[in-house]
Amino acid sequence: MTANHRNAGTTRPAAHRNRQHRSPEPMTSPAPSAAPVRARFAPFERLGLALVRLFDPPMRAVQRLVGVGRMPYVFLLPNALFFGVFVFLPIGINIVFSVTGGTALFPSQRPYVGGQQYAYLLDCGSYLEPATCREDHFWRGVANTLKFTIFQMIAMVLFSLAAALVLNRPIRGRGFFRAVFFFPVLLSPVVVALIWKWILQRDGLLNAVLTTAGGEKILFFVDPGWAMFWSVFVSVWAHMGFYTLILLAGLQAIPRDIYEAAEMDGTRPWRTLVRITLPLLWPNLLVVLVLVLIRSVQVFDEVFVLTGGGPGTATMMIVQYIYTTAFANQVQNFGLAAAASVLLGLVLFGLTLLQLYFTRRKAA
Amino acid sequence: MTGIARLFTARRGVGRLHWTDWVSYAFLAVAVVLMFGPVLWLVLSSFKTPAALLEFPPTLAPVAQKEVRVEGYPQPLPLFSVPMEDGTVRQLAQVRRVGIIAQMVDPASPAATVRVPVDKRTPVREVAFAFENYIEPLAKFDFLRFLGNSLFVTVVATLITLVINSMAAYALSVYEFKGKSLAMLGVIGTLMIPITIILVPVYLVVTEMGLVNSLWAVILPGAATPTGVFLLRQYMLTIPRDLIEAARMDKASEWRIYARIVMPLSLPALAVLAIFSIMWRWNDFLWPLAVLTKSEVHTLQIALNAFQGELQTQWHYLLAMTVVTLAPVAIVFAFLQRFITTGIANTGMK
Amino acid sequence: MTKTMWALGCALALSLLGSTVAQAQTTLRMMWYSDGNEGEVMADLLKRFEDKNKDIKVVLDNAPFKAITETLPVQLASGQGPDIARITDMGGLAPFLLDLRPHLKDAATFEKNYGPFLEWMRVPGNTTAIPGYMTQLTVTGPFVNKTLFEQAGVPMPGPKATWEEWAKALKTVADKVKAPFPLALDRSGHRFFGLAVSQGAKVVDAKGEPAVVDEGFKRAAQLIVDWHKSGVMSKELWGSVSGAAYRGANEEFKNAQVVMYVSGSWQIAQFDKTVGDAFDWVAVPTPCGPANCSGMPGGAGLVGIKATKNPAEVARLLEWLASDEVVSEFYSRTLFVPGNLSVAKKGVAYPSAKPQAAAALKVFGEAVAAIDPAAYKIQGWTNSRIVFNAAISRIGQAVSGETTLDEAYKRIESDVAQQIAERAKKQ
Repeated sequence: MTANHRNAGTTRPAAHRNRQHRSPEPMTSPAPSAAPVRARFAPFERLGLALVRLFDPPMRAVQRLVGVGRMPYVFLLPNALFFGVFVFLPIGINIVFSVTGGTALFPSQRPYVGGQQYAYLLDCGSYLEPATCREDHFWRGVANTLKFTIFQMIAMVLFSLAAALVLNRPIRGRGFFRAVFFFPVLLSPVVVALIWKWILQRDGLLNAVLTTAGGEKILFFVDPGWAMFWSVFVSVWAHMGFYTLILLAGLQAIPRDIYEAAEMDGTRPWRTLVRITLPLLWPNLLVVLVLVLIRSVQVFDEVFVLTGGGPGTATMMIVQYIYTTAFANQVQNFGLAAAASVLLGLVLFGLTLLQLYFTRRKAA
Repeated sequence: MTGIARLFTARRGVGRLHWTDWVSYAFLAVAVVLMFGPVLWLVLSSFKTPAALLEFPPTLAPVAQKEVRVEGYPQPLPLFSVPMEDGTVRQLAQVRRVGIIAQMVDPASPAATVRVPVDKRTPVREVAFAFENYIEPLAKFDFLRFLGNSLFVTVVATLITLVINSMAAYALSVYEFKGKSLAMLGVIGTLMIPITIILVPVYLVVTEMGLVNSLWAVILPGAATPTGVFLLRQYMLTIPRDLIEAARMDKASEWRIYARIVMPLSLPALAVLAIFSIMWRWNDFLWPLAVLTKSEVHTLQIALNAFQGELQTQWHYLLAMTVVTLAPVAIVFAFLQRFITTGIANTGMK
Repeated sequence: MTKTMWALGCALALSLLGSTVAQAQTTLRMMWYSDGNEGEVMADLLKRFEDKNKDIKVVLDNAPFKAITETLPVQLASGQGPDIARITDMGGLAPFLLDLRPHLKDAATFEKNYGPFLEWMRVPGNTTAIPGYMTQLTVTGPFVNKTLFEQAGVPMPGPKATWEEWAKALKTVADKVKAPFPLALDRSGHRFFGLAVSQGAKVVDAKGEPAVVDEGFKRAAQLIVDWHKSGVMSKELWGSVSGAAYRGANEEFKNAQVVMYVSGSWQIAQFDKTVGDAFDWVAVPTPCGPANCSGMPGGAGLVGIKATKNPAEVARLLEWLASDEVVSEFYSRTLFVPGNLSVAKKGVAYPSAKPQAAAALKVFGEAVAAIDPAAYKIQGWTNSRIVFNAAISRIGQAVSGETTLDEAYKRIESDVAQQIAERAKKQ
C-alpha cells in the first residue's frame, strides 16, 4: 500500500498532501514487500502514464462540454455499452427464445408458442418428486443443485474457516501455506476435474492406495452417494483458498487486545472461538456464504467433467440440464433451455436481492 | 528445504509447543499433500506412455519396460523376470508369445529358448520419461500461434476489463447522480448469470456484428464483468473523499482524478481483478469453441481439446498439453503470489 | 471507450493487412476431428491436392469432436461455418449440406460408389442430392480377448452363437481369470441398437412414423438390465455418466480387464498400436438374436456446406478425395473400413497393420454384408439420434437403479415425441 502511494506521489502535484492522509488501510495484514514488485512493473507504469497523458486533453474537452455533473455518465458509458450489448440484449433475446418454439436460430424465424415451454417445465404431479414431472431431468437438476449447494456451503465454510484459523496462528511460513491453499484456485475447472477423475477412477491412485492398505477397490462414480461426495470435495478443494483468504482478512482485523483480555481471564480456547472470534467474524462469514451460494447454483463444468452428471442423473446440475437441452441433443431446443434459464435467472436474482439486504443490514 | 523443515519444528515466540500447535502443523502438512499432490500427480502422469497410463497399480514415476538387444534378433526384446523351477529368479528376454506360453531367451546365452507361462513372468522396468508426449504435439501443431492467440486474448481482454470496469466503479463510488441505484441494480442483478445460459443469444449478437472467427469475438463479450465493477467499487468506497476534493481544488480534471489518484490507490483491488481476469480468459473453453472455427485463431484450450475425438481420447497428449497450459499460470502465480493473496485479503470483499 | 475504439481500429487494420496477402487463390476451410491418425493422413492428401491444383488452398481446421456435435449446428443455423466438414450426424445436418451434383465431373460414378450412404445425408424426400462422401464406414461388433479364454480353458462360442450363449461363456471366463468386465458394451445409443436390431427392433414403422419401443427393443433393454444384475456387465459404463454421454471401455480392454468388448471397427487402429503383444485379441462376428446377427452401420461423412462461396472448388476437392485411388489410400493408412462400394469390393490392403489388426479388419469387412436392412433404415432416419439419445439416457437410469424399465419405456416414447414435435414447429 505505502509503495503505491509513493508511486502516485512522486508524479502528482498533491504529493505531500497524499502522504499526510495515511492510506485507507482496511487491513492489518502485512503489506507485500512492494519494492521489487514495483521495479518489475516500472515499464508498465511508464506506459500507463503515457496513456493517461494521451487521453487527458480529449477527456478534459469532454468535461468542458458536458460539465462536471454529467461526468459520471461518461465514465459509466463504456461499461454500460458492453453490458447492454453482451449481457442485457442477450437476456432479452433469451426471453424471446423462451416464448417461441422450433429449432430455428433467429428469433424472427421462430413461431410464437406463448407460455408453452414454461408450462412444459412446470408440469409436475408433485414438485417434491422429480419423477412425476413431465420434464423430470429439469427437476432432478434442481434437486441435485439444491443438495450440492447445501453440502458445499457447509463443507466450504468449515474447511476454509479451519484453514483460516490455523493460518491466523503465529506459525512459520504463513505466506507459503497461504499460497498452498490458494494455488488450486488458479486451475481451470476442467483441469481440476480431469486431475481428480484420474485419481478416483477404477484404476486410479486412490484405489491403488486402498488396495495396498488391504481394502477393496471402490467404484466411486457408480455410487450416487460417492459421486455427490466427490463433486463437493473437488469443488471445495478447488475454491477453498479464495474463501480462506477472505476469512483470514476478517480474523486479522479482530483487535489483538480482545484476545489478550480473554486470555487474562483464563477463558478456554474453545469458548474464545465461539464467544469472541465467530461473532466478530460474522460479516466475513456472511460474504463467504453468499459467494459460495452463488457459485454452487452456477456449478457446471467441474462436476460435468468429473462425473458426467451420473450415475443415472445423481449429479446432473441445473446448468448442465440447460446446456444439454440447448446444445448436446440432436434437436437443439433453445426455447426450452431459455425458459429454464429464465427461471434460474429469477431465482438467482432473488438470491442477489437477499444478499443486498444482508449487506445493507451489515452496514447499518 | 531446510526452511521448510524448520517450519515444522519451530515456532515464533518461545516456549513449548502447545497441542494446538501440533494440530495446526498436522493440518497444514495434510493440506500440502492434498493441495499439491494431485497437481504433482498430473505432471508425473504426463510423462507416461499410453501403456503406462493404463497400468494398475499406477506407478508414481513414469516407467517403461526395459528392452535388451539379444544376439540373433534384429529387434530389441522386452525383458521379464521369471522365477525358475529351482527357485532362482532369472531375467529373460521374450522372443514371442503364443497364446498363454511365452518363448524366452537368456540374453547371456541366446542359443537356448525357454517356454514360460505368461502369468509367471513380470516385466522388468526402468524409469523412463516419455518426452515424446510433449515433443510430438508441439512439433505437429502450430503451438506458437495458439499460444500467441491465447496470450493476446488474455492480455488485451484483461486490459480492457481493468479500464472500463474501473471507470464504471469510479463513477459508482465517487459520484452521486440520477440513475445510480438503477445502474447498481444492473450490476448486481447480473452478478450471478453464468455465461453458459446465455451462450446462444450472445452468439447471435456476435454473428450480427460480424465478429465470428476473430479474436475480438472472444475478447469483447466478457469484458464488462459485473464482478469486477462490484469488487472495484467496494474498494474505491474506502478511499477518503477529502483526497478527491483536494485534487478538485487544485483544478485537476475528473479524468485526472480517476487516473492519477483513484487508480493508484486501488492497485490491490485492480491486481485481484487482473488475476481473476487472466484466469478466466486463459482457461476459457466453451465460448471460444463456439465462435472460433478457423485454426489460425484457435486458442490453446481449443487446440488442447482437439485430442478428444468422437470415440477416442489421446490421453498422453492431452495430459502433456494440459501441463503446458498450466505452466504460464504457475509462473504468473509465482511472481504475483504475495500480491494476489494480500490483495484479496485487503479487498476484504466488503 | 476511446481506448477500446483505438484498439479496435488497430485490430481492423491488422486483419485487413492479413487478408490481402493471399487472395490470388481460393481458400477452402475444412473442419475436421480426429480419433486417431486420420487428421495427419488427410493433411498429407490435401498437400498433394494443392500441388495439383495451384488455384485452391485448403486449410485443415482440427477441432474437438464437441465442436462438431454441439457448436457446428449453431454456426450452420446462423449461416456461418466452414466450407467442408467431417460430420457424424448427417441426417440432422442434411438441410445445411451442399448438393455437389451440378459441379461434379462424374456424378454417376460418385453415386454408384457411395449410393446407400448418400441417403443418410439427404433431407427426407430428396433422392438426388450428393452432399459428400464417407471418410469411414463403421460397423459395430465385438472384440474378444482370446488369451483370457485360453487361460480359463473355455472354448470360444462359434460364429452363429447367440447373445445369451456368449454371455454365459463370458461370465465363466471372467470368473476364472478374475476380469472385472465379462462383457462391456459402449454406453451409446448407437451401440445399444446394434443389440436391439438383432432382437428385432425396427424403430420406424412402415409409414415412417416412430415406433421405438417394440418387442425387439424391450428384449434388448431387458437383456442389458439383466446382465447388469447378474454381473455380466459392470455398472461402470452404463451406470455412471448421465444423459447421452458416451463412455467406452477401450482403455479397460487394452488393459486386459474386458473379456468381450462390443464396440466397433474404429477401435482397431488403437488396439493395434497399444495392445501390442500383451495378449491376443480378435474380432468376432456379432452374436445373433432371434431376428438376425446384424450390427449397426455408422460412420463419418466429409460433406460440403451449403453456405460456401466456392461450391465448384468444394466439389472439385471432394470429388478428388472421394475418387477410388485416393480414398483407398486414405482407408488403408487409417485402418478404416471402406465406405466406398467399389473400393470395398476390390478390398483394401492394410500394409501398416499387424496380423491381428488385419484379421480384425477382415472380420468387420465381412460384417458389412451381414447388416440387416432394418439397421440401415434406422441409421439413415432423420430422427435416429433423438431415439439413440433418449434410449441411452433412460436405460442408463434404469441400469443405475433410478427408475424401472417400464418407466424408462414411457419416458423414451415421450422424449422422442416431444423432440420430434419441437423440430416440426416452423413459422
